[in-house]
Amino acid sequence: MHIRTYHELTEPDRSGLAAQIMAQRRRVAQRLAGVGRLIAVMSGKGGVGKSYVTAHAARALARVGRRVGVLDADLNGPTAARLLEARDGPLAVREDGIEPAVGADGVRVVSMDQLLADGRPLAFRGPEAESFVWRGAAEAAALREFVGDVTWGALDVLFVDLPPGLARFQELAELLPAAPAVLTVTIPTAESGDAVRRALRAALERGARPLGIVENMVGGAFVGVAGDTLAREFGTPLLARVPWHPTPDVWHQLAETIWNAV
Amino acid sequence: MKFLCVDCDRQMTFEERQLPGDGTLAAAFRCPQCGRVVAMLTNPMETQLVASLGVQIGGRTIPAQPMEMVRGMVAGGKEDAFEDGGGHFPTWSDDAQERLARVPGFVRGMVKRIYSEYARDRGITVVTTAVMDAARTELGLEGM
Repeated sequence: MHIRTYHELTEPDRSGLAAQIMAQRRRVAQRLAGVGRLIAVMSGKGGVGKSYVTAHAARALARVGRRVGVLDADLNGPTAARLLEARDGPLAVREDGIEPAVGADGVRVVSMDQLLADGRPLAFRGPEAESFVWRGAAEAAALREFVGDVTWGALDVLFVDLPPGLARFQELAELLPAAPAVLTVTIPTAESGDAVRRALRAALERGARPLGIVENMVGGAFVGVAGDTLAREFGTPLLARVPWHPTPDVWHQLAETIWNAV
Repeated sequence: MKFLCVDCDRQMTFEERQLPGDGTLAAAFRCPQCGRVVAMLTNPMETQLVASLGVQIGGRTIPAQPMEMVRGMVAGGKEDAFEDGGGHFPTWSDDAQERLARVPGFVRGMVKRIYSEYARDRGITVVTTAVMDAARTELGLEGM
């Protein structure tokens, strides 16, 4: 018995699942056509202040007249909306997409925090049994909708605030027409450096362009030189050392450095 | 996934989709040559996996709606997380957005809604600073 393989079939496919996926990708590309620079803010480690750095860098850029958006890709631990004072009020549904909230200094924000009831974890309707099989797909789809279904409009910079780990970066990279530039945040410790190194290497293997390293929480209890070490290893600049109590000048300088780096 | 009628060596075509309401899905496929029909039955987990991808077996009959998956599948969401403007919700000019951004965060959403409803009720499609000024005067919103 000869059975043709999947790739040997040539008849039209009414379901068009592959075409539906391609349409989703096109939608993302079209939506991002007005975005000058997309910067993924990442770290392999939790608690290093990615969202904090993202929010303040975004505000500092907005204060000098740049049009800035922040997409909170940390779906399970979203904080960007609070940091940018954009938690309240419904998101407007328009014919062509969802309008982002306008946060502090005019930064446009979309975050799962704006959608979830206070204190509720992110959960999806569906069969609980073996939910691990589909939950990842649902989260990836939510990320796709945050990118592709939001009317970001014309932006100079769109920051994508990633959660710790590698998975969300990989989902993002799959979605985008080209791998994003990555801004990497670490704290000074060697332990943080180890985690960040793996994440950054994985991002570079996916074609990402390193913008530089931000060493956060400098001068306090955390001791080490992870920022310098990573910068040297990856041949990328150490963009800023952010102290425990940064002044507006620190953010202004970081924003300027980021702008020049991209 | 495709279905092949091996006897006819023809790809079967999608015929009908049924959602019985128990989380499962049934999709019928017919051989265009011999007419044989087979049904693909997916269990709730498989059905959910497909739904999570934002695609529909059998093809889409209506275009995907904005944040269709998030709005339909996220449990425990805020009841008023989205405000449906039905396509008539006004847009905001850049200078109006900048002014809105200066409103304290804890009331910004409410203020935005007031201005948006003011504009919508009057058929105004773009909220500008002039519209905001007019609304403040008419509605007595000094300081907002």
